[in-house]
This record gives sequence, structure tokens and C-alpha cells, in this order.
Amino acid sequence: MSTRTRAGTRPATWPLLLRQVRHQNKLFLRNPFSAFFSLAFPLMFLLLFGSLNSGQTLEERGGISYAQFLTPGLLAFAVVSTCYTGMVTGVAMNRDMGILKRVRGTPLPAWIYVAARILSSVWFSVVSAVLMVAVGVALFDVHIVWRMLPAAFGTLLLGAACFCALGIAVAALVPNGEAAPVVANFTVLPVVFISDLFFPMDAAPAWLRALGSVFPVKHFALALEETFNPFVGGTGWRWDHLAVVALWGVAGVLVAVRKFQWEPRTPGASGRRPRR
Amino acid sequence: MAAIRVDGLRKAYGTTEAVAGISFEVVEGECFALLGPNGAGKTTTLEILEGYRDRSGGSVEVLGADPAHGGRDLRERIGIVLQSAGIDRELTVAEVVALFGGYYPHARCRTLSGGQQRRLDLALGIVGDPDLVFLDEPTTGFDPSARRRSWKLIDSLRALGKTILLTTHYMDEAQNLADRVAILAAGRIVAEGSPASLGGRDVAEAEISFRLPAGAGLDELPPLGPARPRLDDGRVVLRTEAPTSALHAVTGWALARGVELEGLALNRPSLEDVYLRLTGGDQLAEDDA
Repeated sequence: MSTRTRAGTRPATWPLLLRQVRHQNKLFLRNPFSAFFSLAFPLMFLLLFGSLNSGQTLEERGGISYAQFLTPGLLAFAVVSTCYTGMVTGVAMNRDMGILKRVRGTPLPAWIYVAARILSSVWFSVVSAVLMVAVGVALFDVHIVWRMLPAAFGTLLLGAACFCALGIAVAALVPNGEAAPVVANFTVLPVVFISDLFFPMDAAPAWLRALGSVFPVKHFALALEETFNPFVGGTGWRWDHLAVVALWGVAGVLVAVRKFQWEPRTPGASGRRPRR
Repeated sequence: MAAIRVDGLRKAYGTTEAVAGISFEVVEGECFALLGPNGAGKTTTLEILEGYRDRSGGSVEVLGADPAHGGRDLRERIGIVLQSAGIDRELTVAEVVALFGGYYPHARCRTLSGGQQRRLDLALGIVGDPDLVFLDEPTTGFDPSARRRSWKLIDSLRALGKTILLTTHYMDEAQNLADRVAILAAGRIVAEGSPASLGGRDVAEAEISFRLPAGAGLDELPPLGPARPRLDDGRVVLRTEAPTSALHAVTGWALARGVELEGLALNRPSLEDVYLRLTGGDQLAEDDA
């Protein structure tokens, strides 16, 4: 039994990946909702909270301005929105529409499709971050702590990767596209409010702080916020927080690899599991 | 060579056997239909062959490979039109076609054979989902089987409700594809109509011909109508508007003499005859002879 292969030059891997990333980017920009939630929503929070609390300082953070705390916190929020919420809803809805199934029937390697979705989300996380820091600097006198910028960037990328993995994992678990936004928001919103993201949790009850520490959002936010705090010495890498984020990311990858589906889930046909 | 080979294929979902041991083969170039009511296992069988599902038993082979492990090599050679599959709705048609085209190995256009090039032309012509398609000699240079395939493609475009204006110099192409034909000669339309009625074919004189029996002369034939038969290379040729009575007369004459009329034929003018007559090609043909 010999398999004949198709004549011609197979598209090279990296250009194919790049092309697929561009395709995902295009889809992102053409979908007003994804662009709104990833870019406009965090920016709106920055303008809102930044203006409401202008002039305030945070003694528990060495006396930095509220905006200096809020900007990196909202970077974390933007990453969670783009990577986690965006991935859960995007993947689940595309699965329902049969887009994933159609792609699976083409020669495009599965890993390129998934990698392109991830890279596209990471790309818009970075775009959103740059945009927000620029606005913070321009309107709220936010200072970039240059010696910690590499740590800020590295933390951002690790967090984006982690929340993409978690997003794909949860997308694999939700039953259908309609449930996806509900599940995504229900898992994200309570967590972000106990994660030192909009305001410091130092004065909050111990059990609430402990609960927040279970989830990766708080560790990601604290690690990012540190890289914007000029009163902190060193290069800004918080390996303890990053380890927790990475651990969650690995868990996400494991679930995603086991549970990912390309075909729409038809109710009551649980036996009809496709091949991966 | 079998493109698809299915032997004892089974697929069970829990205790339900969706496919209970089927075997068939599809030969290369053949069109094979799986016919059956809902729930008969058609889609399950198809999706096993497409590589979407694994099987519970039996063996299948698609283009020489097991679709469960065919991977990219196999998927590069199959095209799947799913019962329902999504398209990113925010993309343009051209972007979707370009995107999916980019998943397959690319042959440079210059390496395409004439027929492949023509099919690419066809693809480019229909990629934009137009309402009206112009096809200028769409199958010129094709071998006969490629022509048939293109005809089917063009037919399917018609079935999608598209208007098609095509040029061709193949009679059979016009006959097969066109609802109406206009014959153009020296810059003028010399006839227009359905392929069946073009040039008055449907009401035209029929032509009866047969080999003149040995020892018989043309003048021995009974009267066969107003026109006189002529002798053409040992064959009697008669044009008549009343072929029924002419045939009756000539066969009665043959029966009475106890001879068999060799090569007895009744023809209406073919589209080609009409074409040649109207375009003056028959004049050339006779001049050549």
C-alpha cells in the first residue's frame, strides 16, 4: 500500500504560519466585538478609573500614583480579555460554525492553525499594551521604568501564552458557542476583581486574598505591576508569580491537548467523537 | 486502480452499529453514489473515508492510504465538500479562496499542461461567483475525458443559475451545453435556435441511403417521391420530405427482388451538416473532394 503524494512544492512551514497569523489578525480586526473587548474596553477602564482617582497615591505600593498601578493592572486585564475570553468564545463559536472542521479537512497542519490563533492573540495583547502605556504616559503621567522593561515584556508574553492555553482548554470544555461567552465571563469577571488588578487587595479580608492567589490572574497582575513600580529595585522579574502563571499554562495545555475538538458538538451524540 | 477500497467497514456508536460491515470499491475516474435514507450510515462512511472518524472494524483505503493515518499527504489530494461547514463570514470570497488555495502544494503555473491551465482559467473565471460567465473556447486543447469533465462543471454552473456565453467550434459541445446556438459565419449570424431546431434540422429533408444491389441500375428503382435519387460512389442517396413512404417503397422493392439493402440508413442532417452548409464549409469540402 503506497501513498502517492501530490506533485508540486508544498507551502513552506514558516510562510504558511505567517500567512495564517495574518488571516487571524484580519478576522480579529474585522470582528468589531473582539477588537472592542481587547482594545477599547481596557482603554475605557484606564480613562475611567484613571480620571476618577487622579492625584491619589498608594502608600502600600511605596507611594506610587494610582495610574502607575492601574496601567500595568489593566495590561493584565487586556491580556486576559484578548487571550482567554477571546479564545474561549472564538474557538467555540468557530467550532460550532464548522470552520474548524473545514480547516481539519485541508492539508493545513493542525499545529499551524492553533499556533496562528495563539500568535495572533499574543500580537493583539502586545498592541493593546503599547496603546495603553502610551495613553497612560500621555494622560496620567505614567513612568516607564526602563531597567524593568524587559521583565515587563517577558511577563506580558508569558501571561499571554498562559491565558491562550487556558482559553483553548476552556473552549474545549464548553458544550457550544452560545455557552462560551457566558462561561468565559463567569470565570473571568469574579476573578479579576480579587486579583489586585483595578485596586490593591492589601486591605481585603485574608480569605479573599487567599482565594485570589489560587488563580493566575493575580500573580500575572502583581508581576506586571512590579515592573512599573520605580520603588522596586532590580530588573523586575518575579519568578515566584511567573511560576504560578506557568503552572496554570501547563495545565491549560494538558487539558487542551486531551479535549480539543474540531467538530461541532451535537447534543446527544457524545459517542461521535472525532479523531484528533 | 481503485481510488477507494472499503472492505467489511463497521462503525459502532456504543451498541448502535451505524455502519454494519460494508464493502465497495470506487475505480479511479468513476462517479459513485452512496444512496440511502437518513441514518443509513452514508455520512458516517464518508467521514471515515475523509479521515474525520475512526472505524470500529474493517479496512479502508483512500488513494492508497489509510485515511485514519493519511495525514497531510492525503489531505493534499482530496477535496471535501461537507454537508455543513463554516466560512469566516468577515472574509471576502477572494480571501477565502486564496487562503484555502494556500494550504495545498503549489505547482507553478508554467508547469501546468494545456488542459490544467484551462481548468485554472475556469477556476479563475468562477472564483468570484459571477452571475454571468464568458467562456471563450473553454475546452479547446482538452483530451476527450477532460472535455467531458469540463462540460459537467459548466453544467453545474448552469444548475447554479448562472448565465453562460460560450464560444466553441465543437458541434457536440454546443449540442451538449447550449440551450440556444447562434451560428456565426464571416461576421454574421446565419442561424439561431435550439441545437435541435437549428437551421431547420427538425423539419429538414431526411436522407435515405443504401448500397445499390449488384446487377441493379438506378433506373430500376421504383418512384420514391418528387426528388430523384442520385448515385454517390456506389451508394444510392435520396433526399425526401416523406421518408416513411420512400422507405416503404424501397424496402418493398428489395423484398420483391429478394435482396438485402446493404448499409441502409436514414439520416437527418446533423448539427455539423447544418453548420457546414451555413458556413459554406460544405462547399470547401466538396471542392477538396
